[in-house]
Amino acid sequence: MGMCSVNARSVEHPGRHLGEEKWGETVLKEKYGKEIEEILSRYPVKRSALIPLLYLAQREHGYITEAAMTEIAGLLQLTPPQVYETATFYTMLNLKKVGTHHIQVCKSLMCALVGSDTVIGWIKTKLGIAPGETTADGLFTLTAVECLAACGTAPMMQINDDYYERLTEEKVDRILADLRTTGTSPLKSGPYMWPESTR
Amino acid sequence: MPKHELVLLKNMMQPGYTGSLADYEKAGGYQALRNALGKVAPTDVTATVMKSGLRGRGGAGFPTGVKWGFLPKDYQGPRYLCCNADESEPGTFKDRQLMERDPHQVLEGIVLACYAIGAQSAYIYIRGEMVLGSRILERAIGEARAAGYIGKNILGTGVTVEVWVHRGAGAYICGEETALLESLEGKRGLPRVKPPFPATHGLYNKPTVVNNVETLANLPHILNRGPEWFASIGSPPKSTGTRVFCVSGHVKRPGNYELPMGVTIRELVFEHAGGMRSDKPLKAFIPGGASAPFLTPDHLDVKLDFESVAAAGSMLGSGGVTVMEEGTSMVWAALRLMEFFYHESCGKCSPCREGSSWLVQTMRRIMAKRGRMQDLETLTDLCKNIAGRTVCAFGDAEVSPIMSTLKHWRHEYVTLIHEAEAANLIRPESAGTRH
Ligand SMILES: Cc1cc2nc3c(=O)[nH]c(=O)nc-3n(C[C@H](O)[C@H](O)[C@H](O)COP(=O)(O)O)c2cc1C
Ligand code: SF4
Ligand code: FES
Repeated sequence: MGMCSVNARSVEHPGRHLGEEKWGETVLKEKYGKEIEEILSRYPVKRSALIPLLYLAQREHGYITEAAMTEIAGLLQLTPPQVYETATFYTMLNLKKVGTHHIQVCKSLMCALVGSDTVIGWIKTKLGIAPGETTADGLFTLTAVECLAACGTAPMMQINDDYYERLTEEKVDRILADLRTTGTSPLKSGPYMWPESTR
Repeated sequence: MPKHELVLLKNMMQPGYTGSLADYEKAGGYQALRNALGKVAPTDVTATVMKSGLRGRGGAGFPTGVKWGFLPKDYQGPRYLCCNADESEPGTFKDRQLMERDPHQVLEGIVLACYAIGAQSAYIYIRGEMVLGSRILERAIGEARAAGYIGKNILGTGVTVEVWVHRGAGAYICGEETALLESLEGKRGLPRVKPPFPATHGLYNKPTVVNNVETLANLPHILNRGPEWFASIGSPPKSTGTRVFCVSGHVKRPGNYELPMGVTIRELVFEHAGGMRSDKPLKAFIPGGASAPFLTPDHLDVKLDFESVAAAGSMLGSGGVTVMEEGTSMVWAALRLMEFFYHESCGKCSPCREGSSWLVQTMRRIMAKRGRMQDLETLTDLCKNIAGRTVCAFGDAEVSPIMSTLKHWRHEYVTLIHEAEAANLIRPESAGTRH
């Protein structure tokens, strides 16, 4: 087997280990019954709803607890290992707490050509954390990630659901300040088009 | 003024265009669907697409109409369409723009493809990171459903097509079509051994077509304006239509440029993308995303069509063109891409899983000036033992940065190794510690 020991997918992200929290086994169903039904109705085979339900669990807690996985297994008539097997494959599914704002700076070649390593350096100094770490107040986690389909507007980062592109140091400062004060930033990207008016 | 007519980016370039249903209809949207559904036989829609010469924009460039034709004709059960919106190939960012700025163009293409292949369900598999894109698509699906373009009995024609957005969760390999299907079935995204192909055994083991976002977005235009019109654009007969080229790296104006296939790299980079960002000359470029071998300034006049780029020793792939200026270390660039592939190998087959790890370690050693001459042989050996020996085409892709930089810039590897050797002469105590 050995897949997990040598496969980089499983080891390089901060949310890779199971948390401790207890979770009653009907928490999701009680709270999101309608939404779960709607999700299930999209697919002729229940297991297809697995990633959508894992997202739901992650939305609830910021990460996916073991208890949530057990509940989801029950909902989809899967074994908990089947759920765990899928959950551990995908880098966006956190099995451990991450900061309120999960900063993910793209480090792939196209971003690196125009300075993504410098961006990571700025954030390291400003927040005092290296990739894979979370600030003591639990506000920020920093991760270096692979290409996020924004190479034309590099360097860039994603924070939670939002993209921030064409980063400069001043822009990074403003974004971090905005996130601290209001929890969001108007500098996030809207519907993508670049260059804004071609030719 | 545009020298070439825009097709896919035309609407979104209009001032004030929001991508709403109203805007799309005003621009002539859903006319192809109105004209085709219930009026043109599905087999004729397929024939039209075949005649247009449209080839897949996802990477492999397979003729779209031919792919549709592989579905079993007499099969009575459900069939599926999957729109591949995973867009994770480094250097590629066009599908994101097509979905976020003109979602109905993609949806109209999806319904037309479903009609042609007899599918009643379509899933848009969008990469999980594109949260905004998935929201925009969901809103657009809502609008289209309310207007009767999606759902049961579309516009009273008796045709039913349901469309759902399914978010991935962070895994490059899920762009490979069979890994996409596994992921959509709620499993780890491990590619399947082919054959059987998705055309007969796809989603839930049912006949399935997987098509890229840009491929599907072309369909309304082909049906509206005819296959001859489409086939007259680009480098007919084998590379017809436009491509949305994604230009990144050391250029003045990076971004998406829609141009007829067959445009030269020189024109794309120096006329459209504004040329090099500083006065440093162009040193290298990748013509089709991270999986495509690097090319040199000698290849600037290569035409960006499937055949010409292949003849130059690379591939048109996803249309992601990355430009590097003089001064960029090619060993460093290849290592960056290798780190990507190492991170994204799904782990299913050993040549790729183990090989990517060995390649990364060897490259890191050379880059850190701890390499030795035999490492170059090791790299070549490893690459040769990966390419063509894996479950999916990822294996071929992952060796291309190293193989191509070794081919064109071997001296850069050699220089780093010489520097390592020189350092060892000065510090003989470190000679035994290379690993
Ligand atoms: C490793 C790998 C990654 C791929 N990633 C994508 C992708 O992100 N988007 C895409 O459309 N096709 C991708 N493809 C190609 C798909 O397997 C498939 O050929 C394509 O979606 C078919 O659509 P088309 O014929 O319209 O191009 C990838 C292929 C491989 C081998
Ligand atoms: S070639 Fe790599 S990515 Fe493809 S199946 Fe094998 S291990 Fe997975
Ligand atoms: S390389 Fe950073 S977004 Fe593509």
